[in-house]
Amino acid sequence: MSDHIISLQGVTKEFDTKNGKVVALRGIDLDISRGDSYGIIGLSGAGKSTLVRTINLLEQPTEGKVIFDGNVLTGIRSKDLNIQRRKISMIFQQFNLLMQRDAIGNICFPMEIAGVPRAEARAKAEELLKVVDLEDRAHSYPSQLSGGQKQRVAIARALASDPEVILCDEATSALDPKTTRSILKLLRQINEERGITLVVITHEMNVIKQLCNKVAVIENGEIVERGDVQEIFAKPKTRAARKLFFPASEERETPGIKTATRNRLRLAFNEKTAYKPIISNMILETGAPVNLLYANLDALLDEQKGQMVICLSDDKDAAERQKAYLIREGVDFTEIPEESDYYDYPLHGFSEEVTE
Amino acid sequence: MDTHTLITLLGEETVKTLLMTLVGTLVSYLIGLPIGVSLIITSPNGIKPMGLYNKVMGFIVNVIRSVPFLILMIALMPYIRKVIGTGIGPKAITAALIVAAAPFVARLVEQSLMEVDPGVIEAAQAMGAGTFQIIWKVLLLEGRPSLLNGAAVAMINILGYSAMAGTVGGGGLGDVAIRYGLYRFQPAIMWITIIILVILVQVMQEAGIRIASKLDNRIS
Repeated sequence: MSDHIISLQGVTKEFDTKNGKVVALRGIDLDISRGDSYGIIGLSGAGKSTLVRTINLLEQPTEGKVIFDGNVLTGIRSKDLNIQRRKISMIFQQFNLLMQRDAIGNICFPMEIAGVPRAEARAKAEELLKVVDLEDRAHSYPSQLSGGQKQRVAIARALASDPEVILCDEATSALDPKTTRSILKLLRQINEERGITLVVITHEMNVIKQLCNKVAVIENGEIVERGDVQEIFAKPKTRAARKLFFPASEERETPGIKTATRNRLRLAFNEKTAYKPIISNMILETGAPVNLLYANLDALLDEQKGQMVICLSDDKDAAERQKAYLIREGVDFTEIPEESDYYDYPLHGFSEEVTE
Repeated sequence: MDTHTLITLLGEETVKTLLMTLVGTLVSYLIGLPIGVSLIITSPNGIKPMGLYNKVMGFIVNVIRSVPFLILMIALMPYIRKVIGTGIGPKAITAALIVAAAPFVARLVEQSLMEVDPGVIEAAQAMGAGTFQIIWKVLLLEGRPSLLNGAAVAMINILGYSAMAGTVGGGGLGDVAIRYGLYRFQPAIMWITIIILVILVQVMQEAGIRIASKLDNRIS
């Protein structure tokens, strides 16, 4: 046993297509620790879906090793693989429920496959329906359920085999924002209360922010950046990561904003400072105006994090007073060098130094 | 021919036709269903891709399907005689029916199973389901409505084959139509058999649709 529940070592995947070879994954190394909620984020076509599917070998890697709970999965007999797969559940964007079985029948399905006695499976399925808050829909067929309810059935089904890991392949991408929040909440609860490791594939930063403690950014079949969500949110090193944390940065390139290139600060607010009227108090206290260029409030696993880009007063003394005020109030800030686009500048978070 | 004899004759021959159709359909499914399933799972995107088997079996199915039933029946006659002792009559015809219908059934089954959502099959694979579990619990169950609709189509087709077999003395309604209607110039009897056949087809089709939708949990 190691504390890495999943290890990918040099995983490469090539597809033969009509237009020649396409490389979907290029030598991926990835370790996921027990109990993590590990997000893998990338734009569509980056290879994230292929990556998650190599974990349970729905996709056979062309090269490299997949290790689950200390066992090498690549190259073992399909019978042995099937036994290992029972400990790795999966939920899908399109739910993939059996349309001809009712909710409870769907939840019993993995237990049937594993040879659990019928009565025992039934009882457990009923328990799981309670966990996902669908006790009253046991005998509804998928066609009678809403998208969110279908995903709840799929989550109950995923829990039925007492898995170590649940792979979530764009699990909320087909759901509306409200349903998405409730599904993410349920998944987080499962991660926290049952200690089940989650691997979360998504193209939406919000999913990572609400659900994950670790994140890997994938681009062109390679992991370009990885680490704690908090850290990467604070200091994304690559352009790919910045793009994902600042999804609309490209669109924000308006002429009005471009004119302000001097005296810019990026402020980072934390739990303590996020709710205070910092800017208006600063203006009142220093008697000098500031120009607000960008502001955003975010939550990482429910912790409030805010960021703001402001342009200080042209008056040097006033600008110094403004900075002093910010230090006094405990707001972290970084100066943005002249001529660099602020959205392309490393997002400063909770410390003073910025590395590029 | 008096009415009573006519009714007896038509009754007996209808039963013969129905028997040939039912037995023919049943045995065709016993052979065709596994072949259809095997074609699906061995296809390049199937759960157990086997290129060579898939191509060879697909080819055999196509060859038999490309021979018109009447010609196939005549060509098979000597072989059927060798195996079951007779080349005419309902037994021989049923044997010929099966040879012709099994490949047709295989293609119908293949078509139905193609409609099963690949995502659901993938979910079962991810759960660690083996090939047979996927066939039983996913493919055949999820494909059930379409399989039943296909069965009605197959049955109607086999009914048509059995009527055609009348031209070579196969017995059943087709036989009556040809012997009385054509050879003895009694168009009334021919029309009666046609009406009976139309009714049988209607009943089979309607029953097929009803059973299929009754057993389909997607609509309710």
